[in-house]
Amino acid sequence: MLTNDEIKLINERLGRAPNVTETHVFDAMWSEHCSYKSSKYWLKQLYTEGKHVISGPGENAGVVDIGDNDKLVFKIESHNHPSYIEPYQGAATGVGGIMRDIFTMGARPIANLNSLHFGSTNDRRVIDGVVKGIADYGNCVGVPTVSSKCHFFDCYTENPLVNAMTVGYTNKKIFTSVPGQTGVVVYVGAKTGRDGIGGAIMASEEFTEGEDKRPTVQVGDPFYEKLLLEASLELFETDAVIAAQDMGAAGILSSTSEVALKGNYGIEIDLSKVPLREEGMEPWEILLSESQERMLFVLDLDRFTQIGKENVFKIFKKWDLACIVIGNLTSTNNFKVTVENKTVCDIPLEALEAPELQRPTEPYKPEFIDIPIVTDFDMNWVWEQYDSQVIGNTIQGPQADPAIVRIPDSKKAIAMTTMSSAPFCHYNPRSGIRYIIYDCYNKLLSVNAKPLGITNCLNFGNPENPNVMHDFKEVCLGMAETCKELEFPVVSGNVSFYNETSGKGIIPTPVIGGVGLIENYENSDYNISR
Amino acid sequence: MKTAIIIFPGSNCDNETERFLYKCTGIAPIRVWHKETILPKVDLYVLPGGFSYGDYLRAGALANLSPIVKELKKTDRKILGICNGFQVLCEAGLLPGTLRINKTEKFICKPVGITTWPIHHKRRIPIAHAEGNYYHPNSSKLAEEQKIAYTYSSYRDDINGSVRGICGVRNNNVLGMMPHPERAFESYHCSQDGFKIMDDLNA
Repeated sequence: MLTNDEIKLINERLGRAPNVTETHVFDAMWSEHCSYKSSKYWLKQLYTEGKHVISGPGENAGVVDIGDNDKLVFKIESHNHPSYIEPYQGAATGVGGIMRDIFTMGARPIANLNSLHFGSTNDRRVIDGVVKGIADYGNCVGVPTVSSKCHFFDCYTENPLVNAMTVGYTNKKIFTSVPGQTGVVVYVGAKTGRDGIGGAIMASEEFTEGEDKRPTVQVGDPFYEKLLLEASLELFETDAVIAAQDMGAAGILSSTSEVALKGNYGIEIDLSKVPLREEGMEPWEILLSESQERMLFVLDLDRFTQIGKENVFKIFKKWDLACIVIGNLTSTNNFKVTVENKTVCDIPLEALEAPELQRPTEPYKPEFIDIPIVTDFDMNWVWEQYDSQVIGNTIQGPQADPAIVRIPDSKKAIAMTTMSSAPFCHYNPRSGIRYIIYDCYNKLLSVNAKPLGITNCLNFGNPENPNVMHDFKEVCLGMAETCKELEFPVVSGNVSFYNETSGKGIIPTPVIGGVGLIENYENSDYNISR
Repeated sequence: MKTAIIIFPGSNCDNETERFLYKCTGIAPIRVWHKETILPKVDLYVLPGGFSYGDYLRAGALANLSPIVKELKKTDRKILGICNGFQVLCEAGLLPGTLRINKTEKFICKPVGITTWPIHHKRRIPIAHAEGNYYHPNSSKLAEEQKIAYTYSSYRDDINGSVRGICGVRNNNVLGMMPHPERAFESYHCSQDGFKIMDDLNA
């Protein structure tokens, strides 16, 4: 929810009070989840450079060059809150979301990884649901899940962490969400319903017991995602695409405004064109819906008319997908939403940018924690549920660490792993993250891979608590110095705050995903009994 | 030998199957979209694994309604269905029996040992399926008619609940199997027995 100060600021920026739709727009865009308002300041300190880095944090995913025009696109993302409310759908849509982030950039996902934190091995509702959700989604889309790690500690009982990572590959052009010119805005994919409305806001608040948040969780359709994946990659081949953006948190609203903001253009969209699954949806509900398997494309108007609208839409027709022009990029610098001819929202884009916060930090003496040694959990039970072999390029699957996947039709292979060590970070966040990054770096070296970069998922409690913010600061600074030391840049990432239920939060749990390049897998020193 | 791969919406083992067939035959296979109504003239049609139509309703049930499956019913050339392809062929009535949800109610992905029928040879091939629990009301008749093509080798642990551990069935020109031969041919795969499966097909 917006604070009083924020409401005051909005009134100042607009020179008037926002209407209902506009208030919802600000509420979502200024939520922690969408705006990174508490973390932005510290994230700027991270080491993100490197000769081989093509695109760093801020895009849908990070991109690194691995030679011969081959590029890797990867990112890790959390789907913690939804996975506690509804484990199966929460985890499934988390996997769906991260895969869309990858193919939105023009790369085909070649491997999925995940890092899971649960309360205890007895927590079957969450464990069974999350594992099955991840498995069903990834298996159906046909992307191998090559690594999965489970950790158990009491503080995750009501705050399970589900962090999913995807690595994609392309030897073609990379597409970003930054349009270099104006164009038509096209909506592709599933219809918009009421599911997931307020998801971004829900993920930016503490939970209290007894509250039913289930309607804020989205429902996934992996088959539709597979169609969307194939159709999107076909569309990228036509050269008609200027920019692409996945509709994730805060759906149409954040995807359209982000594209406009990044390109420094205005945008005008007509909500009456959006295909709806339900009747009587309010404009703000359409804007904020987090219905899954939807994408936004900005297409070149000239190219669009040149090759013909029919030819572009033919691709989607082949895959039986809806595809509708919902608006344009404009030169006005306003975010304008209409329903038929009625304007329901008209905000200058710069007013939409959330203020950056520098929350107070305060060191504290960590209490003693007793980490259980888990002996009654069979990781094979998890790993066998994932199709780790599909696409036929898996050299080392989840049973080994790091996982190794060959680049299609080449001698190159990619080594990758996820790492976390929350107890260490609890006692000393700065050296904890240092340990994690070194561990990851060494894991990649152990199979003769050249470490390329990392993606991070920073899971923390309530940022309004100065102790939590202290941990966060220390982790960011520790990560910055260690990455610089190793020349192991951070290329993408995600922050998940508010992992707290009824005032009980998690210990600081940064998870990193590292990726390395093996020039010739035949010479590499991998070895596993298969 | 010329081959063709039939692609349904949601098929996701098509690319590795293509590589596998190319490696076996030296000729690039033809990709056939499920909406097509004419089959190319080739020696072997392959229905790849994956999740046709997301395996909604029942694995293979919706793919069975595709125009190309009607054509497959008329041909007397060889047909190989792998995993989801096997499920489609059972749904289409081209193979006897049906594939139910695994006894474990879970997806299973691991390499397994399988045995050829009627002459016993061992193969090591990965499986990856949620609906591979083969059922036929009269499995002894299947054995008599020599319609069993493969069974899981291990009698000790029942992998998915299939009757007699059946994981591959043949009927005249049609062969269906749950294990994935296209995941057993590269140097880094669990074995290179995929090639032997192609030999079994031609034997």
